[in-house]
Amino acid sequence: MTAPTLVVEELRTWFHTRAGVVKAVDGVSFSVDRGRVMGLVGESGSGKSVTGFSIMGLVDPPGRIVSGRILFGGRDIAAMPEDELRHLRGRRIAMIFQDPMMTLNPVLRIDTQMIEAIRAHEDVSRDEARRRARDALGQVGIPSPDERLAAYPHQFSGGMRQRVAIAIALLNRAELIVADEPTTALDVTIQGQILFEMQRLARQTGTALLWITHDLSVVASLADEVCVMYAGRIVERGTVDDVLDRPAHPYTAGLIGSVPSRNLRGQPLQQIPGVMPSMLSLPAGCAFRTRCARADEACASEPAERGFGAGRVARCVHPLVEPVP
Amino acid sequence: MTVFVIRRLMQSGLVLFVMSLIVFFGVYAIGDPIEIFISPEADQIERERAKAALGLDRPVWAQYFAFLGAAFQGDLGRSFVFNMPAITLILQRMPATLELAVSALLLGIVVGLPLGMYAGYRPNSAGAKAILAGSILGFSLPTFWVGLMLIMVFAVNLGWLPSTGRGQTATYLGITSSLFTVDGLRHLAMPALNLALFKISLIIRLARAGMRENMLMDYVRFARAKGLPMRRVVFVHVFKNILIPIVTVIGLELGSTIAFAVVTESIFAWPGMGKLIIDSIQRLDRPVIVAYLCIIVFMFIVINLVVDILYSVLDPRVRLSEAKG
Repeated sequence: MTAPTLVVEELRTWFHTRAGVVKAVDGVSFSVDRGRVMGLVGESGSGKSVTGFSIMGLVDPPGRIVSGRILFGGRDIAAMPEDELRHLRGRRIAMIFQDPMMTLNPVLRIDTQMIEAIRAHEDVSRDEARRRARDALGQVGIPSPDERLAAYPHQFSGGMRQRVAIAIALLNRAELIVADEPTTALDVTIQGQILFEMQRLARQTGTALLWITHDLSVVASLADEVCVMYAGRIVERGTVDDVLDRPAHPYTAGLIGSVPSRNLRGQPLQQIPGVMPSMLSLPAGCAFRTRCARADEACASEPAERGFGAGRVARCVHPLVEPVP
Repeated sequence: MTVFVIRRLMQSGLVLFVMSLIVFFGVYAIGDPIEIFISPEADQIERERAKAALGLDRPVWAQYFAFLGAAFQGDLGRSFVFNMPAITLILQRMPATLELAVSALLLGIVVGLPLGMYAGYRPNSAGAKAILAGSILGFSLPTFWVGLMLIMVFAVNLGWLPSTGRGQTATYLGITSSLFTVDGLRHLAMPALNLALFKISLIIRLARAGMRENMLMDYVRFARAKGLPMRRVVFVHVFKNILIPIVTVIGLELGSTIAFAVVTESIFAWPGMGKLIIDSIQRLDRPVIVAYLCIIVFMFIVINLVVDILYSVLDPRVRLSEAKG
């Protein structure tokens, strides 16, 4: 058993705003193994994107990693100076963003944007870099990559642009790819193709994937393991099969119940009542208790992480399945 | 592109024609130049003879067609005062104004662009706030007052720089300009700075706003996620994007600087076109006024055309739509 590619330990990324301290990520721990896909699921504002940016070292002020460790290749990213971080970014850890219409620079050609990504890290000739860029475009299924290299982003459709962004992430054969809702803005057929490509990539090259999404069906088809985040914390973590089939945390169960399904045609969808509380005024104890049907006085104190067997943990006083001590 | 240029040239011809019509009849309505030229003691016969000699005895529409006919042959009339072709007179004065305007604009770019970019890159730093305060002063202080203050400080009190005239000129590569002699540069320094002050402020504002806006864009974050050094992100990715609005404004500013350097030229007794037009208006030297305005309009047309072409070079999205149109 080799060491995991990425280990996040008790990560806390806080935003010090005028209105108060927003604990966007508050004590998050998980790890991703080589060639595995970790799904990070949660509602908007649950802190999943901030977790991704923390791993990239791209948290902008007023945000700051206040404590915790992000271990990658034996080094702690959270304590790394900017200069070293830069050499890590794009080379060993790559990131794919949510909106493909916004991530490519509109005034630079695709080849410029790809070649610079290679040459920022490696001393290779332009021709060699160009050849690698072309191969990467071919790899993500862009037809006639040679001609497309000379095109500008606006000459691509949304799906094609996201493929270009993925190709850029693949350029330096990163060991870890952080994907922040990369398929949310795409239509389902394109989404399916990209998910398939990414899964194949992880298997073949041993790249670890951290897939951030709010879409449980994406997680179900792609990920090996899943972390469910709520209000800056991981409320449940385990293998995809365990978590989705027999959720322990009421919030996970609520998320699963909110997904429309063919089998439940005609029945009203279950929904989680209320909205996520403001990150500035979280309730004491379990942050979910104001929306939880099972909540009682015991939930007002911080629930500890409890094991449910086979690497599975959840933070709940009244879990839906019996804890395994 | 060719179609675009041809279409623009045809539009420009129409603009020139309409403008000549308005200016000719407008100047006719101002007053009768004979009253100014002829001494009050002159009798009726002398008066009629002078009128006939200048062609002012004919009806206004006949004068206009005579002007138009001559204009097609490159003759915009003879100055009443100097008794030489108006166009020669203006072209003699043009280099002085051009060198003043171009120097001022270059000063605006060289000083304004870096300051504005810095102010936008570190918006909360003390330096950025000082730059912003300075640009407000540059906007709001009247040009004539700043010009007088410059003269008082640098010419009168310190005695470093001459206060009037253009100084020694030299010819280099067929261009006669005071830029090529030390004496000429000493004469140019104050008027150029005076004229540049507004432009510096304007470019600071534009660069700062563009910088702040673009630094928040996803493409900047993506470029950083690729591991690019910050200087490449700022000087290639962001710079090319903020250049688009700045080039437009600089182009228009160049036109208005050449056309309306009047105040600065008057204060520093700079022998340029601005001073010529003021003198001509006072003496009702009709052909010079008309010829001057025709040349200025022509210049604006050329500058706008160049800006449009530059714009399409900078922004690939514009390039594509022009090719269709």
